[in-house]
Amino acid sequence: MIQYSYLIPLFPLLGFLINGLGWNKIPKSLAGVIGSSSILASFVVSLAVFVEVLSPSFQGPFVQHYFDFIQSGTLYIPFAFQIDALSASFLLIITGIGFLIHVYSTSYMHDDEGMVKYFAYLNLFIFSMLLLVMGANYIIMFIGWEGVGLCSYLLIGFWFKNHAYTDAAKKAFVMNRIGDLGFLVGMLLVLYHFHTLSYQELFDTIQSSADQTNMYTAIAICFFIGAMGKSAQIPLYTWLPDAMAGPTPVSALIHAATMVTAGIYMIARSSVLYNLAPIALDLITWIGLATALLAASIAIKQNDIKKVLAYSTVSQLGFMFVAIGMGAYTTAVFHVITHAFFKALLFLGSGSVIHAIGGEQDIRFMGGLGKKMPITKITFLIGCLAIAGIPGFAGFFSKDEILAHAYAQQPLLFVALLIGALMTAFYMFRLYFLTFTGSFRGTEEQAHHIHESPKAMTIPLMVLALFSIIGGYIGLPKVISEKHWLHDFLSTAVTEKELHELSHATEWMLMGVSVGLVVVMIALAYKATQKAQFSAAKGLGKVLEHKWYVDELYQAIILTPLNHLGIFLQQIIEKSGIDALVNNIGTSIQWLSTRVRLLQSGIVGSYIFVMVLGIILLLSIGFLSTIL
Amino acid sequence: MILITLLALPFVAALLSLLVPKQAKILALVSSALAVLITLYMSMHIAEGAFTIAQAWLPDLGIQFALHADGLSCSLSLLTALVSFLVFLNLNNKEVPKAASFYSLLLFAQTGLMGVFLASDAMLFYFFWELALIPIYFLSSIWGGENRIKVTFKFFIYTFIGSLMMLAGLIYLGLQTPGADAFSYHALVAVGNSLSNTQQISLFVLFFLAFAIKMPIFPFHTWQPDAYDEAPTSVTIFLSALMVKMGLYAVLRWLMPVLPEGVSYWSNTVIILSIIGILYASIIALQQTNIKRFIAYSSIAHMGLMCAAAFVQNDLALHGVKIQMFMHGINIAGMWLVVSIIENRYHTKDMNALGGIASTMPKLAIAFVIISFANIALPLTNGFVGEFILFAGIFSSANPNHVLYMVLAGLGVILGAAYTLRMLQKVVFGTASTTQAVKDLSINEWCVLAIVLSLIIALGVYAKPLLILTSF
Repeated sequence: MIQYSYLIPLFPLLGFLINGLGWNKIPKSLAGVIGSSSILASFVVSLAVFVEVLSPSFQGPFVQHYFDFIQSGTLYIPFAFQIDALSASFLLIITGIGFLIHVYSTSYMHDDEGMVKYFAYLNLFIFSMLLLVMGANYIIMFIGWEGVGLCSYLLIGFWFKNHAYTDAAKKAFVMNRIGDLGFLVGMLLVLYHFHTLSYQELFDTIQSSADQTNMYTAIAICFFIGAMGKSAQIPLYTWLPDAMAGPTPVSALIHAATMVTAGIYMIARSSVLYNLAPIALDLITWIGLATALLAASIAIKQNDIKKVLAYSTVSQLGFMFVAIGMGAYTTAVFHVITHAFFKALLFLGSGSVIHAIGGEQDIRFMGGLGKKMPITKITFLIGCLAIAGIPGFAGFFSKDEILAHAYAQQPLLFVALLIGALMTAFYMFRLYFLTFTGSFRGTEEQAHHIHESPKAMTIPLMVLALFSIIGGYIGLPKVISEKHWLHDFLSTAVTEKELHELSHATEWMLMGVSVGLVVVMIALAYKATQKAQFSAAKGLGKVLEHKWYVDELYQAIILTPLNHLGIFLQQIIEKSGIDALVNNIGTSIQWLSTRVRLLQSGIVGSYIFVMVLGIILLLSIGFLSTIL
Repeated sequence: MILITLLALPFVAALLSLLVPKQAKILALVSSALAVLITLYMSMHIAEGAFTIAQAWLPDLGIQFALHADGLSCSLSLLTALVSFLVFLNLNNKEVPKAASFYSLLLFAQTGLMGVFLASDAMLFYFFWELALIPIYFLSSIWGGENRIKVTFKFFIYTFIGSLMMLAGLIYLGLQTPGADAFSYHALVAVGNSLSNTQQISLFVLFFLAFAIKMPIFPFHTWQPDAYDEAPTSVTIFLSALMVKMGLYAVLRWLMPVLPEGVSYWSNTVIILSIIGILYASIIALQQTNIKRFIAYSSIAHMGLMCAAAFVQNDLALHGVKIQMFMHGINIAGMWLVVSIIENRYHTKDMNALGGIASTMPKLAIAFVIISFANIALPLTNGFVGEFILFAGIFSSANPNHVLYMVLAGLGVILGAAYTLRMLQKVVFGTASTTQAVKDLSINEWCVLAIVLSLIIALGVYAKPLLILTSF
């Protein structure tokens, strides 16, 4: 089956082409069927491929060349796919969750006039994301990388009549481009030093060549700049909260479960390189930690249900990068997987809520929704328990693994991460209590309208809730089981750094502390939401509400100066400088020509023209005379 | 013979269309379609050897009638034929007064362009260089916008000063070894290489000014936004897709082999000017509200990248330049075609007055978005392959500043995304600027754009044929 893995991206591509070319002819319901079934088909193939990779007879990565993409002299980049444990795992997540979100969308987007276009974009996104993880070299990854950026742009600005939405779309794309330049420079460095961009050739060369730490560090940092953009890390994270302008299923799929984890995939893919670049890994740890804490603190004070989830995503991505920075790549991938389940669940749950109360997103005007929306409420609660790290739920296992590694490396790092985890528990349950418990604070009309969502929406919620519980059992902690299934599976594709082991007693202790404190935070969140009074925030609260004023800072130090520079260049240099100079030369020639009027009484333009015509005539006559 | 046919086709069609004005469009279309077929045929057979022809012309002056087509010439002739065909297909007789003369002049310009890309005698090259320019001068000053006289005059002064310098340089070179073929490619290369370092350095300035104005390279670019703004769209397409390539082509074909020491002396300066141009034009493009001037500045930025790579002078960069010349020609032609349709419907070039085309003309909006993303080199569009090779070339140069050059030029990638998306936001998205019904693409317009879009995607996914063609 593995030799047919090209079918995996082919189905979504076909779905995109059908819906894309027939956007004005295909009926809405058919578009949903085409879109969803194409993803289902690639999920089935992915599953078959995964089973084959799982079997003991699978030897190393399977690489398939299709055609020559770029060839110039010694520069050779084939269009090739690589299937191994890492890409097979991502394939399942992308197509599996992708399929659920497509199904959910058939109902969520049903009243939208652009539904056919929506499914075309969504399929194009899945296609790009699949290229990103299936590529056998960095160029194919880059194709997918930019492709998902394009789809993200198109879907954030899906309701293109709204200026703020298209602003958000533009911001997302341009910020990602800043990261992409890092990616590009990283690729060129690799190409310059190793003359290849294929993973296998590169990593073989690195492992067998002499140590060149500085160069490895430079490449690793360049790639990480790319990851900062795509995976929303400081300083390139501000696009992700704004990206919530897109339809909610898009936020679930692209801006939570799949695309934003591309940075993790990229670095896990390059683990051989990063293991030799300790400085780059340290940088990643610090950036990841700072992002995790900053975003979590902002999430505490947000009142838009999607914004809370968006900052939560940024923060969770920070956790993943801390794991990466410690060299625990499989732990990061583990958290990618569990996060994909519970964050997709939470976003789809928020979509169900927004759908029920007519587009309202402000949690200050919600409350008590649980009574009329039991499925949404329970599944959302499961998501909250999972992300908060309550034992038994998926997030517990992966987050605990990150915390344990952190403690082994540096207890202070553990403390900092724990603070982040506690903030997470607080804001998630604040969100939960404000939305689903207490009494409804919206308008009468909204209250009358509240209803549970249709099956096409609740079934994906239930499936994701199930995986948000059982998803964690693919990686049981050492204290429970000697065998970490995911770690062993991925170890064929990802080279982990040597990590310190904790004693079982310490690990039990750490778990106890974090779980105990998380429960306290949930209780605090409950207490804080009981008053349900929303007064204007002061002091630190106001700073958090304004997201630490980072957007304002970027405006002041980058956008405004660039704008002024543009006006300066256009008005002063271009118009009054270069152009004025040229025009002066022109007028002086004209002035001169009036002086010599006695000789040639004509307009300069025509008289130069006559001259050239003369030259050409001369040459033409000569030419004709030789022919005749 | 095939080369003569290629030149004769547009020339004869130009003369005929003056004689039978009613059939001008058919003549233009048929001749350019034939030219596409011929250049395609040549491109497919280029592996068997270059096409060449040489005849005595003005032996007393040392001038030959010599044509030579290698991979680069073929690809640019193909581009010329293709873009001409698209322009003619797109033209609507009813919208152009005195249509026959219009077609005829465009066909003359096409002849000149073909000649420029095929000539292997420097004087013949100069002759075609001017032949391409004159019709453009007439076209802009007769069919142009309100300020056409002033702007065309500026354009003419600029390019004419450049041409004169080139002519002076050529005569100087030709006088070194007078003979029946003093201006032939091989003779000039031999002469140029025998010159002293100082002579090469000074001669470089004469030639390069002519080419730099044409491309145009900062700070010789100010004719371009004006000219693009005022000229009729068909002429602007000729200018931006084809004529600006003449300058770069001349650098590759003539300047580099003839004056190698001059080139290496000046290369750093040229690269720095080009990179300044990329950033300068990009930042100005961010401020534009006139969509035509916007495209002009974005084109200056693109040409700057190509010129920088050309002067980096390694094989990779040069290959990248050759590829990107073709790709850019397709994309910029697509941009103008879209803009001409928008201007035709909305009668404005002001981005602030436009908006909501995605609602009023969804088909056009799709085409516009795809072409715009090709213009900022999104992978799987044609812009990416060339740009990646360009960057790889700049990066792998021996110049100690190569990483800095690459990163600075790379900033253009970010700015490019910023200005392009800003333009799309203003023009394509948002609420419709008019409540009146606007007609979406006609079948004819859809065909023209479909050709452009297919090329963008096909060459973006599978550029190998062009990669091979330009390597000969």
